[in-house]
Amino acid sequence: MKLSDLLSTASANMWRSKGRTFLTIVAIFIGAMTITLTNGIGTGIKSYLNRQVKSFGAPNVLLVTLTNKQTSPGSGPAKYTYNPNATVSASGLHNKQLLMSSKGLAVIKSIPNITSVVAAHSLSPDYITGKGDKYQLSLAQQIGDAAPDMVVGQGVNANSTQNQLTIPVSYVQPLGYGSNRAIIGAHVTIGITSGQGVRKTVVATVVGVQQKNLISQSVAYANNALAGQLYSIQTAGIPAARANTFLTAYATFPKNLTTTQLDTIKSKLKAKGFTAKTIQDQESTIFTAINAIIIVFDMFGAIALLAASFGIINTLYMSVQERTKEIGLMKALGMSRHKVYALFSIEAVLLGFWGSVLGVGFAALVGKAINAIAVHGFLKGFPGLTLLTFPPRTIAIVVIGIMLIAFLAGTLPALRASRKDPIEALRYE
Amino acid sequence: MSAVIATEHLSKTYGKGEAAFSALSDINLSINSGELIAIVGKSGSGKSTLMHMLALLDRPSQGNILVDGTDAARIRSRQVDGLRNKRYGFVFQQFFLNETDTVLNNVILPLKIAKINRKERTTRGLAALKSVELSEKAAAKAGTLSGGQKQRVCIARALINKPSVIFADEPTGNLDSHTGKTIEDLLFRLNKEQGITVIIVTHDKELAGRCHRQLHIKDGKLSEGSDV
Ligand SMILES: Nc1ncnc2c1ncn2[C@@H]1O[C@H](COP(=O)(O)OP(=O)(O)OP(=O)(O)O)[C@@H](O)[C@H]1O
Ligand SMILES: [Mg+2]
Repeated sequence: MKLSDLLSTASANMWRSKGRTFLTIVAIFIGAMTITLTNGIGTGIKSYLNRQVKSFGAPNVLLVTLTNKQTSPGSGPAKYTYNPNATVSASGLHNKQLLMSSKGLAVIKSIPNITSVVAAHSLSPDYITGKGDKYQLSLAQQIGDAAPDMVVGQGVNANSTQNQLTIPVSYVQPLGYGSNRAIIGAHVTIGITSGQGVRKTVVATVVGVQQKNLISQSVAYANNALAGQLYSIQTAGIPAARANTFLTAYATFPKNLTTTQLDTIKSKLKAKGFTAKTIQDQESTIFTAINAIIIVFDMFGAIALLAASFGIINTLYMSVQERTKEIGLMKALGMSRHKVYALFSIEAVLLGFWGSVLGVGFAALVGKAINAIAVHGFLKGFPGLTLLTFPPRTIAIVVIGIMLIAFLAGTLPALRASRKDPIEALRYE
Repeated sequence: MSAVIATEHLSKTYGKGEAAFSALSDINLSINSGELIAIVGKSGSGKSTLMHMLALLDRPSQGNILVDGTDAARIRSRQVDGLRNKRYGFVFQQFFLNETDTVLNNVILPLKIAKINRKERTTRGLAALKSVELSEKAAAKAGTLSGGQKQRVCIARALINKPSVIFADEPTGNLDSHTGKTIEDLLFRLNKEQGITVIIVTHDKELAGRCHRQLHIKDGKLSEGSDV
């Protein structure tokens, strides 16, 4: 038999017992759909987070904090140990956070391969105003050159002496501008209260309008110049020991550092009581969690597929049994053993093909629908987030993988068919 | 005239040891091209077993089968498949048709196996159906035909690859005498007009009597009365 005839015969044979074939395909369908959907969600979220996290900082920046013993719930109070780098401690909701001072900066700077260290001051401006009313503002200092996704304009220039900031898209209208483009280059005024209680204002230039962001929704970003000026106002008159304190320091290292060199920096910092993480480290913590969830769901998919392969084996054994005479006849008429084997293997692969193509296709449709609903519903305001993404490569891997599983499942029944003796098969009952 | 099929000391034993059963023993025969032969004998005498051996559907326990003078044991299994596909045609007591498929598709199965393209398959299939006077049933489902029609479809299928030998095992066994007669006539005509060697297994004395030669089998042996 020619391949095309084998294919059409196998396909016709497959549909001869419609109910059984349908149920087997449903089992494969469920497995394929589960795996495609979970991977679709995983890929979608990961690629979104990747972009989001990138906006927090350049890859060659370490976020350095003071290491603090965390008390786990119910374990009682942690023992106090004096940390020479910690000047003040602040109480968070659940645990104590240690603040460092410029002394800490000096220690970090002394580590080899650290090129510069900047304190991540927390800024507390009172308001921002453009051409009209005053609005509340959360302002953060941008780390390095990395900027959030921009709708228009660009991220702030870290080294510029000009006061620069980027604002969330939701601030454009309130600040009195008709379009995102119109606000680029405009001067805005930021109000801030000094350490002595004097209300002051600082003028800054808007250089970019930020895309809405899942993690930092309505935070504006200031460059070093603006952040420095605001910080010196807000700490004016406060005793030095309290004034210059912060949770996090940003330590920059050369871009061409190897992983081992980076690890050396981290372990040296650890020895001095600091915890250092790159943006990638933070990202990988999130990704590990996402991957773990995906693996659990994939396992469900795999179990469904395992059950489906037994379905395939069973279906084919039954059809080999039912078609004993037909197999005998084909062999008597000169069909070779391996063609008979191929005929049944192809039938198995076709079951896998239809199950997986339908499953993957349905998953893609469901994904599209969810994405559409999400964009207008619970994910409204997160442009750029496609909840489910289905790269063609993943789809191809799922379909081909399932066809391979089906082929393996079909091996035993196909072998049995190929070994049927035409005489036995044609014996009169 | 040379023998298309011959046997030398052919024996077939089923089972082993205590349970061994000798279905055929020491059969020596020779069938010439164009002969019309009846294999006759009581039920269980070994007629079908002999026919299966001659058609290379089964292997002998001892002895040889010669195909055009060549020992079949020396022919590769792939070539044996080809031989059955192209040189032999089969008609069975039970029809072995795919009832849910069309008559035409049933008839062209040997051509499909022989990798012949669709167009030629259809042409030759229709021609074969015409020769058994079933042209108008080509598109009908095989399951809807009468017994005699089914057997004619089987003959069309046996004919389609222009075989030189047709094996028919009780071809009229499932048919009433009148319908059986038309099938017999069809086989005889093929022998006469196309020179196809026909080997019919039967226990119908009358049918056997119309053949050129009768091979009587008794308890697995060729008995007297058969002129070898
Ligand atoms: N696979 C087998 N195993 C054991 N014995 C077998 C087998 N096939 C056939 N036999 C035995 O061989 C003998 C001959 O069988 P065969 O089918 O050739 O008889 P037959 O002459 O065709 O009979 P019938 O006219 O009833 O068809 C019988 O006794 C049968 O039981
Ligand atoms: Mg018989």
